[in-house]
Amino acid sequence: MKCPNLDRATLLEARGVSRLYGPGKGCEAIDICLHRGEVLGIVGESGSGKSTLLRLLAGMERPDAGQVVYHSHEGELDLYAIGEARRRALLRMEWGLVHQNPRDGLRLGVSAGANIGERLMALGERHYGQLRAAGQDWMGRVELDPRRIDDAPQTFSGGMQQRLQIARTLVTRPNLVFMDEPTGGLDVSVQARLLDMLRTLVRELGLSVILVTHDLAVARLLAHRLMVMRRGQVVETGLTDQILDDPQHAYTQLLVSSVLTP
Amino acid sequence: MTASVANANGYNFAYLDEQTKRMIRRGLLKAVAIPGYQVPFGGREMPMPYGWGTGGMQLTASVLGQDDVLKVIDQGADDTTNAVSIRAFFERVAGVTTTTATAEADVIQTRHRIPEQPLCQGQLLIFQVPIPEPLRFIEPSEEETRLMHALEEYGVMHVKLYEDIARHGHIATTYAYPVKVDGRYVTDPSPIPKFDNPKLHMSEALMLFGAGREKRLYAIPPHTRVESLDFDDHPFEVQQWDAPCAICGARDTFLDEVITDDQGGRMFVCSDTDYCQSRVEEVA
Repeated sequence: MKCPNLDRATLLEARGVSRLYGPGKGCEAIDICLHRGEVLGIVGESGSGKSTLLRLLAGMERPDAGQVVYHSHEGELDLYAIGEARRRALLRMEWGLVHQNPRDGLRLGVSAGANIGERLMALGERHYGQLRAAGQDWMGRVELDPRRIDDAPQTFSGGMQQRLQIARTLVTRPNLVFMDEPTGGLDVSVQARLLDMLRTLVRELGLSVILVTHDLAVARLLAHRLMVMRRGQVVETGLTDQILDDPQHAYTQLLVSSVLTP
Repeated sequence: MTASVANANGYNFAYLDEQTKRMIRRGLLKAVAIPGYQVPFGGREMPMPYGWGTGGMQLTASVLGQDDVLKVIDQGADDTTNAVSIRAFFERVAGVTTTTATAEADVIQTRHRIPEQPLCQGQLLIFQVPIPEPLRFIEPSEEETRLMHALEEYGVMHVKLYEDIARHGHIATTYAYPVKVDGRYVTDPSPIPKFDNPKLHMSEALMLFGAGREKRLYAIPPHTRVESLDFDDHPFEVQQWDAPCAICGARDTFLDEVITDDQGGRMFVCSDTDYCQSRVEEVA
Protein backbone atom coordinates (compact mmCIF):
# COMPACT_ATOMS: atom_id res chain seq x y z
CA MET A 1 0.00 0.00 0.00
CA LYS A 2 1.20 3.45 -0.83
CA CYS A 3 1.61 5.48 2.33
CA PRO A 4 0.78 9.17 2.24
CA ASN A 5 3.62 11.48 3.10
CA LEU A 6 2.55 12.76 6.49
CA ASP A 7 5.18 15.37 7.26
CA ARG A 8 5.11 17.55 4.20
CA ALA A 9 6.87 20.90 4.31
CA THR A 10 4.96 23.88 5.64
CA LEU A 11 4.00 26.50 3.07
CA LEU A 12 2.08 29.12 4.98
CA GLU A 13 1.79 29.73 8.69
CA ALA A 14 -0.25 32.11 10.78
CA ARG A 15 0.99 32.72 14.29
CA GLY A 16 -1.62 34.24 16.54
CA VAL A 17 -3.04 36.65 13.96
CA SER A 18 -5.79 38.98 15.10
CA ARG A 19 -7.80 41.61 13.34
CA LEU A 20 -10.81 42.85 15.24
CA TYR A 21 -13.31 45.39 14.01
CA GLY A 22 -15.17 45.08 17.33
CA PRO A 23 -15.63 42.44 20.03
CA GLY A 24 -16.31 39.13 18.25
CA LYS A 25 -16.09 40.85 14.83
CA GLY A 26 -13.08 39.89 12.75
CA CYS A 27 -10.74 37.17 13.87
CA GLU A 28 -8.75 36.62 17.01
CA ALA A 29 -5.50 34.81 17.84
CA ILE A 30 -5.59 32.33 14.99
CA ASP A 31 -2.87 29.78 14.29
CA ILE A 32 -2.79 28.04 10.96
CA CYS A 33 -0.30 25.74 9.34
CA LEU A 34 -0.78 24.93 5.67
CA HIS A 35 1.39 22.18 4.18
CA ARG A 36 2.48 21.93 0.56
CA GLY A 37 -0.14 20.33 -1.67
CA GLU A 38 -2.82 20.59 0.95
CA VAL A 39 -6.31 22.02 0.61
CA LEU A 40 -7.42 23.69 3.81
CA GLY A 41 -11.08 24.59 4.15
CA ILE A 42 -12.29 27.36 6.42
CA VAL A 43 -16.00 27.04 7.18
CA GLY A 44 -18.37 28.97 9.39
CA GLU A 45 -21.45 31.12 9.27
CA SER A 46 -21.64 34.60 7.77
CA GLY A 47 -19.79 37.10 9.91
CA SER A 48 -17.61 34.50 11.59
CA GLY A 49 -14.41 36.09 10.28
CA LYS A 50 -13.62 33.68 7.43
CA SER A 51 -13.10 36.31 4.81
CA THR A 52 -11.15 38.57 7.17
CA LEU A 53 -8.83 35.67 7.88
CA LEU A 54 -8.40 35.08 4.15
CA ARG A 55 -7.54 38.72 3.60
CA LEU A 56 -4.99 38.59 6.41
CA LEU A 57 -3.39 35.44 5.01
CA ALA A 58 -3.35 36.75 1.44
CA GLY A 59 -1.49 39.89 2.42
CA MET A 60 -4.36 42.23 1.71
CA GLU A 61 -4.97 43.44 5.24
CA ARG A 62 -2.46 44.02 8.00
CA PRO A 63 -3.26 42.14 11.22
CA ASP A 64 -3.44 43.97 14.57
CA ALA A 65 -1.26 41.29 16.11
CA GLY A 66 0.52 38.13 15.05
CA GLN A 67 2.55 37.06 12.06
CA VAL A 68 1.85 35.47 8.71
CA VAL A 69 4.87 33.55 7.49
CA TYR A 70 5.29 32.25 3.95
CA HIS A 71 7.91 29.58 3.33
CA SER A 72 9.18 30.50 -0.11
CA HIS A 73 12.10 29.04 -2.04
CA GLU A 74 14.30 31.73 -0.54
CA GLY A 75 13.33 30.88 3.03
CA GLU A 76 10.82 32.27 5.49
CA LEU A 77 9.10 35.53 4.64
CA ASP A 78 7.16 37.42 7.27
CA LEU A 79 4.38 38.76 5.08
CA TYR A 80 3.93 42.06 6.87
CA ALA A 81 7.59 42.67 7.62
CA ILE A 82 8.62 42.63 3.95
CA GLY A 83 7.86 45.68 1.85
CA GLU A 84 4.66 46.29 -0.01
CA ALA A 85 6.46 45.88 -3.33
CA ARG A 86 7.63 42.38 -2.41
CA ARG A 87 4.21 41.46 -1.01
CA ARG A 88 2.40 42.54 -4.15
CA ALA A 89 4.95 40.76 -6.30
CA LEU A 90 4.33 37.61 -4.28
CA LEU A 91 0.59 37.91 -4.81
CA ARG A 92 1.17 38.49 -8.50
CA MET A 93 3.71 35.80 -9.17
CA GLU A 94 3.53 32.97 -6.66
CA TRP A 95 -0.01 33.24 -5.35
CA GLY A 96 -3.45 33.38 -6.84
CA LEU A 97 -6.76 34.68 -5.60
CA VAL A 98 -10.17 33.52 -6.80
CA HIS A 99 -12.93 35.92 -5.83
CA GLN A 100 -16.46 34.92 -5.01
CA ASN A 101 -17.80 37.25 -7.69
CA PRO A 102 -15.93 36.66 -10.96
CA ARG A 103 -16.52 40.31 -11.85
CA ASP A 104 -14.11 41.28 -9.06
CA GLY A 105 -11.40 39.05 -10.44
CA LEU A 106 -11.81 39.66 -14.17
CA ARG A 107 -11.12 42.66 -16.33
CA LEU A 108 -14.49 43.08 -17.95
CA GLY A 109 -13.32 45.53 -20.59
CA VAL A 110 -10.96 43.13 -22.35
CA SER A 111 -11.40 39.73 -24.01
CA ALA A 112 -11.13 36.33 -22.34
CA GLY A 113 -7.69 35.79 -23.87
CA ALA A 114 -6.36 39.06 -22.52
CA ASN A 115 -7.70 38.14 -19.09
CA ILE A 116 -5.90 34.83 -19.10
CA GLY A 117 -2.73 36.40 -20.49
CA GLU A 118 -2.53 39.27 -18.01
CA ARG A 119 -0.61 37.46 -15.31
CA LEU A 120 1.78 36.03 -17.90
CA MET A 121 2.38 39.53 -19.27
CA ALA A 122 2.99 40.78 -15.74
CA LEU A 123 5.68 38.10 -15.46
CA GLY A 124 7.32 39.43 -18.61
CA GLU A 125 5.90 37.21 -21.37
CA ARG A 126 6.18 39.31 -24.53
CA HIS A 127 5.27 36.87 -27.29
CA TYR A 128 1.74 37.29 -28.60
CA GLY A 129 1.60 33.84 -30.20
CA GLN A 130 2.60 32.11 -26.98
CA LEU A 131 0.17 34.18 -24.92
CA ARG A 132 -2.59 33.18 -27.24
CA ALA A 133 -1.63 29.52 -27.19
CA ALA A 134 -1.60 29.59 -23.38
CA GLY A 135 -5.02 31.27 -23.41
CA GLN A 136 -6.50 28.60 -25.66
CA ASP A 137 -4.89 25.79 -23.69
CA TRP A 138 -6.31 27.11 -20.42
CA MET A 139 -9.75 27.73 -21.84
CA GLY A 140 -9.77 24.06 -22.80
CA ARG A 141 -8.64 23.03 -19.34
CA VAL A 142 -11.47 24.87 -17.63
CA GLU A 143 -13.95 23.45 -20.15
CA LEU A 144 -14.57 26.65 -22.07
CA ASP A 145 -14.68 26.68 -25.86
CA PRO A 146 -11.21 27.87 -27.02
CA ARG A 147 -12.86 29.49 -30.05
CA ARG A 148 -14.41 32.02 -27.72
CA ILE A 149 -10.99 33.41 -26.75
CA ASP A 150 -11.76 36.84 -28.23
CA ASP A 151 -15.17 37.21 -26.59
CA ALA A 152 -15.74 39.67 -23.77
CA PRO A 153 -16.34 38.20 -20.29
CA GLN A 154 -19.81 39.79 -20.17
CA THR A 155 -20.95 37.46 -22.92
CA PHE A 156 -20.16 34.44 -20.70
CA SER A 157 -22.59 32.98 -18.18
CA GLY A 158 -21.91 33.19 -14.43
CA GLY A 159 -20.42 29.70 -14.23
CA MET A 160 -18.28 30.32 -17.31
CA GLN A 161 -17.02 33.60 -15.88
CA GLN A 162 -16.02 31.77 -12.72
CA ARG A 163 -14.12 29.19 -14.78
CA LEU A 164 -12.48 31.99 -16.72
CA GLN A 165 -11.39 33.57 -13.47
CA ILE A 166 -9.91 30.26 -12.35
CA ALA A 167 -8.03 29.91 -15.65
CA ARG A 168 -6.73 33.45 -15.31
CA THR A 169 -5.46 32.70 -11.81
CA LEU A 170 -3.93 29.30 -12.47
CA VAL A 171 -2.22 30.14 -15.76
CA THR A 172 1.01 31.09 -13.98
CA ARG A 173 0.88 27.89 -11.91
CA PRO A 174 0.87 29.58 -8.52
CA ASN A 175 2.19 27.77 -5.45
CA LEU A 176 -0.69 28.85 -3.31
CA VAL A 177 -4.26 29.74 -4.23
CA PHE A 178 -6.80 31.51 -2.05
CA MET A 179 -10.41 30.88 -2.92
CA ASP A 180 -13.26 32.85 -1.42
CA GLU A 181 -16.55 30.99 -1.95
CA PRO A 182 -15.59 29.91 -5.48
CA THR A 183 -19.01 28.36 -6.10
CA GLY A 184 -21.15 31.00 -4.39
CA GLY A 185 -23.99 32.29 -6.50
CA LEU A 186 -24.01 29.40 -8.95
CA ASP A 187 -26.81 26.91 -9.35
CA VAL A 188 -26.21 23.37 -8.15
CA SER A 189 -25.55 21.62 -11.45
CA VAL A 190 -23.04 24.29 -12.51
CA GLN A 191 -21.56 24.10 -9.01
CA ALA A 192 -21.06 20.37 -9.30
CA ARG A 193 -19.21 20.66 -12.60
CA LEU A 194 -17.06 23.50 -11.32
CA LEU A 195 -16.16 21.53 -8.20
CA ASP A 196 -15.29 18.51 -10.29
CA MET A 197 -13.03 20.62 -12.47
CA LEU A 198 -11.41 22.32 -9.48
CA ARG A 199 -10.71 18.97 -7.85
CA THR A 200 -9.02 17.71 -11.01
CA LEU A 201 -6.92 20.86 -11.39
CA VAL A 202 -5.87 20.85 -7.75
CA ARG A 203 -4.69 17.27 -8.06
CA GLU A 204 -3.02 17.71 -11.46
CA LEU A 205 -1.11 20.83 -10.54
CA GLY A 206 -0.49 19.83 -6.93
CA LEU A 207 -1.88 23.14 -5.72
CA SER A 208 -1.96 24.27 -2.13
CA VAL A 209 -5.27 25.93 -1.50
CA ILE A 210 -6.94 27.88 1.27
CA LEU A 211 -10.64 27.67 0.61
CA VAL A 212 -13.21 29.79 2.38
CA THR A 213 -16.78 28.59 2.15
CA HIS A 214 -20.01 28.40 4.08
CA ASP A 215 -21.05 25.40 2.04
CA LEU A 216 -20.10 22.17 3.80
CA ALA A 217 -20.65 20.11 0.65
CA VAL A 218 -18.01 22.16 -1.17
CA ALA A 219 -15.65 21.71 1.77
CA ARG A 220 -16.31 17.94 1.80
CA LEU A 221 -15.45 17.62 -1.88
CA LEU A 222 -12.35 19.78 -2.01
CA ALA A 223 -10.73 20.16 1.38
CA HIS A 224 -8.35 17.77 3.05
CA ARG A 225 -8.53 19.54 6.34
CA LEU A 226 -11.15 21.82 7.85
CA MET A 227 -11.22 24.68 10.30
CA VAL A 228 -14.54 25.68 11.78
CA MET A 229 -14.84 29.34 12.75
CA ARG A 230 -17.34 31.12 14.92
CA ARG A 231 -17.30 34.70 16.19
CA GLY A 232 -13.75 35.24 15.05
CA GLN A 233 -12.35 32.14 16.70
CA VAL A 234 -11.46 28.66 15.54
CA VAL A 235 -13.70 26.26 17.42
CA GLU A 236 -12.61 23.01 15.83
CA THR A 237 -10.00 21.79 13.41
CA GLY A 238 -9.21 18.40 11.92
CA LEU A 239 -9.50 16.17 8.85
CA THR A 240 -12.56 16.98 6.75
CA ASP A 241 -14.26 13.64 7.08
CA GLN A 242 -13.54 13.49 10.78
CA ILE A 243 -15.12 16.88 11.38
CA LEU A 244 -18.14 16.34 9.18
CA ASP A 245 -18.86 12.80 10.31
CA ASP A 246 -17.98 13.15 13.99
CA PRO A 247 -18.21 16.79 15.02
CA GLN A 248 -17.06 17.42 18.60
CA HIS A 249 -17.84 21.04 19.28
CA ALA A 250 -21.47 21.99 19.84
CA TYR A 251 -21.37 24.64 17.14
CA THR A 252 -19.92 22.23 14.58
CA GLN A 253 -22.62 19.72 15.46
CA LEU A 254 -25.21 22.41 14.86
CA LEU A 255 -23.59 23.41 11.58
CA VAL A 256 -23.39 19.84 10.29
CA SER A 257 -26.93 18.98 11.35
CA SER A 258 -28.38 22.08 9.73
CA VAL A 259 -27.28 21.09 6.22
CA LEU A 260 -30.31 20.49 4.06
CA THR A 261 -30.41 17.14 2.33
CA PRO A 262 -32.97 16.56 -0.38
CA MET B 1 14.21 86.80 -15.56
CA THR B 2 14.91 90.46 -14.82
CA ALA B 3 13.40 92.51 -12.05
CA SER B 4 11.45 94.85 -14.29
CA VAL B 5 8.99 92.30 -15.48
CA ALA B 6 5.75 94.23 -15.78
CA ASN B 7 4.80 94.93 -19.37
CA ALA B 8 3.26 98.10 -20.69
CA ASN B 9 -0.08 96.31 -20.86
CA GLY B 10 -0.08 95.58 -17.14
CA TYR B 11 0.65 91.86 -17.27
CA ASN B 12 3.66 90.31 -15.64
CA PHE B 13 6.17 88.96 -18.17
CA ALA B 14 4.61 85.87 -19.79
CA TYR B 15 1.36 86.24 -17.86
CA LEU B 16 2.13 84.07 -14.79
CA ASP B 17 3.46 85.69 -11.61
CA GLU B 18 7.07 84.97 -10.65
CA GLN B 19 6.23 82.73 -7.68
CA THR B 20 4.11 80.48 -9.86
CA LYS B 21 6.86 80.27 -12.46
CA ARG B 22 9.35 79.32 -9.75
CA MET B 23 7.03 76.62 -8.49
CA ILE B 24 6.63 75.20 -11.99
CA ARG B 25 10.38 75.37 -12.62
CA ARG B 26 11.02 73.43 -9.41
CA GLY B 27 8.57 70.81 -10.67
CA LEU B 28 10.37 70.75 -14.01
CA LEU B 29 13.73 70.18 -12.33
CA LYS B 30 12.28 67.20 -10.53
CA ALA B 31 10.72 65.94 -13.76
CA VAL B 32 14.06 66.16 -15.57
CA ALA B 33 15.81 64.39 -12.69
CA ILE B 34 13.34 61.48 -12.86
CA PRO B 35 12.63 61.01 -16.58
CA GLY B 36 9.03 60.05 -17.27
CA TYR B 37 7.83 60.54 -13.69
CA GLN B 38 4.65 62.61 -13.37
CA VAL B 39 5.22 65.53 -11.01
CA PRO B 40 2.12 67.17 -9.54
CA PHE B 41 2.07 70.96 -9.65
CA GLY B 42 -0.33 73.65 -8.55
CA GLY B 43 -1.81 74.44 -11.94
CA ARG B 44 -3.13 77.97 -12.40
CA GLU B 45 -6.21 79.21 -14.16
CA MET B 46 -5.23 80.32 -17.65
CA PRO B 47 -7.30 82.69 -19.79
CA MET B 48 -8.64 79.86 -21.92
CA PRO B 49 -10.52 76.61 -21.32
CA TYR B 50 -8.98 73.36 -20.15
CA GLY B 51 -8.20 71.14 -23.09
CA TRP B 52 -6.87 73.99 -25.19
CA GLY B 53 -3.32 73.70 -23.98
CA THR B 54 -3.31 75.29 -20.54
CA GLY B 55 -0.68 72.82 -19.29
CA GLY B 56 1.70 73.52 -22.15
CA MET B 57 1.15 77.27 -21.80
CA GLN B 58 2.05 77.28 -18.13
CA LEU B 59 5.30 75.44 -18.85
CA THR B 60 6.07 77.78 -21.74
CA ALA B 61 5.35 80.81 -19.57
CA SER B 62 7.69 79.62 -16.85
CA VAL B 63 10.66 78.70 -19.06
CA LEU B 64 10.38 81.53 -21.58
CA GLY B 65 13.17 84.14 -21.52
CA GLN B 66 12.94 87.63 -22.94
CA ASP B 67 15.36 86.83 -25.79
CA ASP B 68 13.79 83.51 -26.70
CA VAL B 69 12.11 82.90 -30.03
CA LEU B 70 8.82 81.04 -29.75
CA LYS B 71 7.11 78.72 -32.20
CA VAL B 72 3.69 77.21 -31.62
CA ILE B 73 2.27 74.33 -33.64
CA ASP B 74 -1.06 72.58 -33.57
CA GLN B 75 -1.14 69.11 -35.22
CA GLY B 76 1.99 70.16 -37.08
CA ALA B 77 0.52 73.37 -38.49
CA ASP B 78 1.53 76.92 -37.59
CA ASP B 79 -1.65 78.49 -38.93
CA THR B 80 -4.49 76.77 -37.08
CA THR B 81 -6.63 78.51 -34.44
CA ASN B 82 -4.95 77.04 -31.37
CA ALA B 83 -1.43 77.79 -32.62
CA VAL B 84 -2.28 81.31 -33.79
CA SER B 85 -3.99 82.29 -30.55
CA ILE B 86 -1.27 80.94 -28.26
CA ARG B 87 1.40 82.64 -30.37
CA ALA B 88 -0.52 85.92 -30.25
CA PHE B 89 -0.99 85.51 -26.51
CA PHE B 90 2.73 85.27 -25.81
CA GLU B 91 3.53 88.07 -28.26
CA ARG B 92 1.21 90.23 -26.23
CA VAL B 93 2.01 89.26 -22.64
CA ALA B 94 5.72 88.48 -23.05
CA GLY B 95 6.67 90.56 -26.06
CA VAL B 96 8.86 87.75 -27.38
CA THR B 97 9.73 87.21 -31.01
CA THR B 98 7.80 84.41 -32.65
CA THR B 99 8.59 82.38 -35.71
CA THR B 100 7.22 79.53 -37.76
CA ALA B 101 10.65 78.16 -38.71
CA THR B 102 11.60 75.16 -36.57
CA ALA B 103 15.34 75.82 -36.81
CA GLU B 104 15.04 79.42 -35.57
CA ALA B 105 12.92 78.63 -32.52
CA ASP B 106 14.31 78.26 -29.00
CA VAL B 107 11.04 77.17 -27.45
CA ILE B 108 8.45 75.20 -29.42
CA GLN B 109 5.06 74.58 -27.88
CA THR B 110 3.32 71.77 -29.67
CA ARG B 111 -0.02 70.11 -29.74
CA HIS B 112 0.26 66.45 -30.78
CA ARG B 113 3.23 66.53 -33.20
CA ILE B 114 7.03 66.63 -33.15
CA PRO B 115 8.46 68.73 -36.01
CA GLU B 116 9.89 66.76 -38.94
CA GLN B 117 13.15 68.67 -38.96
CA PRO B 118 15.41 67.13 -36.30
CA LEU B 119 15.68 69.31 -33.21
CA CYS B 120 19.06 70.37 -31.94
CA GLN B 121 20.73 70.84 -28.61
CA GLY B 122 19.37 73.78 -26.63
CA GLN B 123 15.91 73.67 -28.15
CA LEU B 124 12.92 73.06 -25.91
CA LEU B 125 9.85 71.17 -27.00
CA ILE B 126 6.77 71.65 -24.83
CA PHE B 127 3.84 69.30 -25.26
CA GLN B 128 0.21 69.94 -24.41
CA VAL B 129 -1.08 66.81 -22.68
CA PRO B 130 -4.75 65.96 -22.15
CA ILE B 131 -4.36 62.79 -20.00
CA PRO B 132 -0.86 62.24 -18.61
CA GLU B 133 -1.55 58.82 -17.09
CA PRO B 134 -0.90 55.94 -19.52
CA LEU B 135 -2.49 53.44 -17.11
CA ARG B 136 -5.72 55.44 -16.79
CA PHE B 137 -7.73 53.40 -19.31
CA ILE B 138 -6.87 50.18 -17.53
CA GLU B 139 -6.98 51.40 -13.93
CA PRO B 140 -9.30 54.29 -13.09
CA SER B 141 -7.97 54.87 -9.56
CA GLU B 142 -5.24 57.50 -9.27
CA GLU B 143 -4.03 56.02 -5.99
CA GLU B 144 -3.65 52.62 -7.60
CA THR B 145 -1.88 53.90 -10.73
CA ARG B 146 0.65 55.78 -8.61
CA LEU B 147 1.36 52.60 -6.70
CA MET B 148 1.68 50.70 -9.97
CA HIS B 149 4.25 53.24 -11.19
CA ALA B 150 6.11 53.07 -7.91
CA LEU B 151 6.28 49.28 -7.99
CA GLU B 152 6.84 49.06 -11.76
CA GLU B 153 3.72 46.94 -12.23
CA TYR B 154 3.40 47.49 -15.93
CA GLY B 155 2.05 44.11 -17.09
CA VAL B 156 -1.36 45.61 -17.76
CA MET B 157 0.04 47.96 -20.43
CA HIS B 158 0.53 44.93 -22.63
CA VAL B 159 -3.06 43.83 -22.02
CA LYS B 160 -4.20 46.79 -24.10
CA LEU B 161 -1.78 45.94 -26.91
CA TYR B 162 -2.83 42.26 -26.75
CA GLU B 163 -6.43 43.33 -27.08
CA ASP B 164 -5.53 45.41 -30.14
CA ILE B 165 -3.94 42.46 -31.91
CA ALA B 166 -6.79 40.12 -30.92
CA ARG B 167 -9.34 42.53 -32.39
CA HIS B 168 -7.55 44.00 -35.39
CA GLY B 169 -4.74 41.58 -36.16
CA HIS B 170 -2.11 44.23 -35.48
CA ILE B 171 -1.39 46.88 -32.84
CA ALA B 172 -4.06 49.39 -33.78
CA THR B 173 -3.01 52.09 -31.32
CA THR B 174 -1.83 54.88 -33.59
CA TYR B 175 -1.45 57.81 -31.23
CA ALA B 176 -0.59 58.24 -27.54
CA TYR B 177 1.40 55.05 -27.98
CA PRO B 178 2.88 54.13 -24.57
CA VAL B 179 6.65 54.33 -24.13
CA LYS B 180 9.08 53.29 -21.44
CA VAL B 181 11.44 56.10 -20.53
CA ASP B 182 14.99 55.26 -19.46
CA GLY B 183 13.95 51.68 -18.75
CA ARG B 184 11.82 52.74 -15.80
CA TYR B 185 8.62 54.77 -16.12
CA VAL B 186 5.89 53.93 -18.61
CA THR B 187 4.80 57.28 -19.99
CA ASP B 188 2.13 58.66 -22.28
CA PRO B 189 3.95 60.69 -24.93
CA SER B 190 0.77 62.85 -25.28
CA PRO B 191 -1.39 62.11 -28.33
CA ILE B 192 1.41 62.40 -30.88
CA PRO B 193 1.07 59.89 -33.73
CA LYS B 194 3.21 56.82 -33.13
CA PHE B 195 5.09 57.97 -36.23
CA ASP B 196 6.80 60.47 -33.91
CA ASN B 197 7.68 57.98 -31.16
CA PRO B 198 11.15 57.16 -32.58
CA LYS B 199 11.98 60.89 -32.41
CA LEU B 200 11.64 60.77 -28.62
CA HIS B 201 14.50 58.31 -28.37
CA MET B 202 17.91 59.92 -27.72
CA SER B 203 16.57 63.32 -28.70
CA GLU B 204 18.92 66.30 -28.75
CA ALA B 205 16.25 68.62 -27.40
CA LEU B 206 14.73 68.68 -23.92
CA MET B 207 11.08 67.65 -24.03
CA LEU B 208 8.63 68.87 -21.39
CA PHE B 209 5.04 67.74 -20.99
CA GLY B 210 2.32 69.72 -19.23
CA ALA B 211 -1.24 68.63 -18.42
CA GLY B 212 -3.27 71.61 -17.22
CA ARG B 213 -6.48 69.91 -16.19
CA GLU B 214 -4.74 67.03 -14.44
CA LYS B 215 -2.03 69.33 -13.03
CA ARG B 216 0.86 67.04 -13.87
CA LEU B 217 4.13 67.68 -15.65
CA TYR B 218 6.86 65.33 -16.81
CA ALA B 219 9.94 65.40 -18.96
CA ILE B 220 12.12 63.42 -21.31
CA PRO B 221 15.63 64.87 -21.04
CA PRO B 222 18.04 64.87 -24.00
CA HIS B 223 19.87 61.61 -24.76
CA THR B 224 17.38 59.45 -22.89
CA ARG B 225 16.37 55.97 -23.96
CA VAL B 226 12.71 55.84 -24.98
CA GLU B 227 11.27 52.49 -26.07
CA SER B 228 7.80 51.95 -27.47
CA LEU B 229 6.11 48.94 -25.90
CA ASP B 230 5.48 45.97 -28.19
CA PHE B 231 5.43 42.19 -28.49
CA ASP B 232 8.32 40.03 -29.72
CA ASP B 233 6.24 38.74 -32.62
CA HIS B 234 4.44 42.06 -33.23
CA PRO B 235 7.22 44.66 -33.10
CA PHE B 236 6.54 48.38 -32.95
CA GLU B 237 6.02 49.92 -36.41
CA VAL B 238 5.22 53.42 -37.60
CA GLN B 239 2.57 54.40 -40.13
CA GLN B 240 3.39 54.33 -43.84
CA TRP B 241 1.69 55.92 -46.81
CA ASP B 242 1.39 54.77 -50.41
CA ALA B 243 1.74 58.21 -51.91
CA PRO B 244 4.20 61.06 -51.23
CA CYS B 245 3.09 64.49 -49.99
CA ALA B 246 0.97 66.11 -52.72
CA ILE B 247 2.65 69.49 -52.18
CA CYS B 248 6.33 68.85 -51.55
CA GLY B 249 6.70 65.20 -52.56
CA ALA B 250 8.24 64.10 -49.26
CA ARG B 251 8.07 60.38 -48.58
CA ASP B 252 9.39 60.31 -45.04
CA THR B 253 6.95 62.61 -43.26
CA PHE B 254 3.66 62.23 -41.42
CA LEU B 255 0.84 62.91 -43.89
CA ASP B 256 -2.63 64.30 -43.25
CA GLU B 257 -5.54 63.31 -45.42
CA VAL B 258 -7.27 66.39 -46.84
CA ILE B 259 -10.71 66.12 -48.42
CA THR B 260 -10.75 68.45 -51.42
CA ASP B 261 -14.34 68.22 -52.66
CA ASP B 262 -17.55 66.31 -52.05
CA GLN B 263 -16.93 63.95 -54.97
CA GLY B 264 -14.53 61.78 -52.98
CA GLY B 265 -11.47 63.80 -53.98
CA ARG B 266 -8.66 63.73 -51.44
CA MET B 267 -4.97 64.30 -51.13
CA PHE B 268 -2.25 63.58 -48.64
CA VAL B 269 -0.08 66.45 -47.46
CA CYS B 270 2.60 66.91 -44.79
CA SER B 271 1.09 67.70 -41.42
CA ASP B 272 4.19 69.80 -40.59
CA THR B 273 3.41 72.92 -42.64
CA ASP B 274 6.74 74.63 -41.98
CA TYR B 275 8.72 71.60 -43.17
CA CYS B 276 6.53 71.24 -46.26
CA GLN B 277 6.90 74.91 -47.16
CA SER B 278 10.65 74.92 -46.68
CA ARG B 279 10.94 71.94 -49.02
CA VAL B 280 8.84 73.69 -51.66
CA GLU B 281 11.02 76.83 -51.36
CA GLU B 282 14.18 74.74 -51.66
CA VAL B 283 13.02 73.23 -54.93
CA ALA B 284 11.84 76.57 -56.34
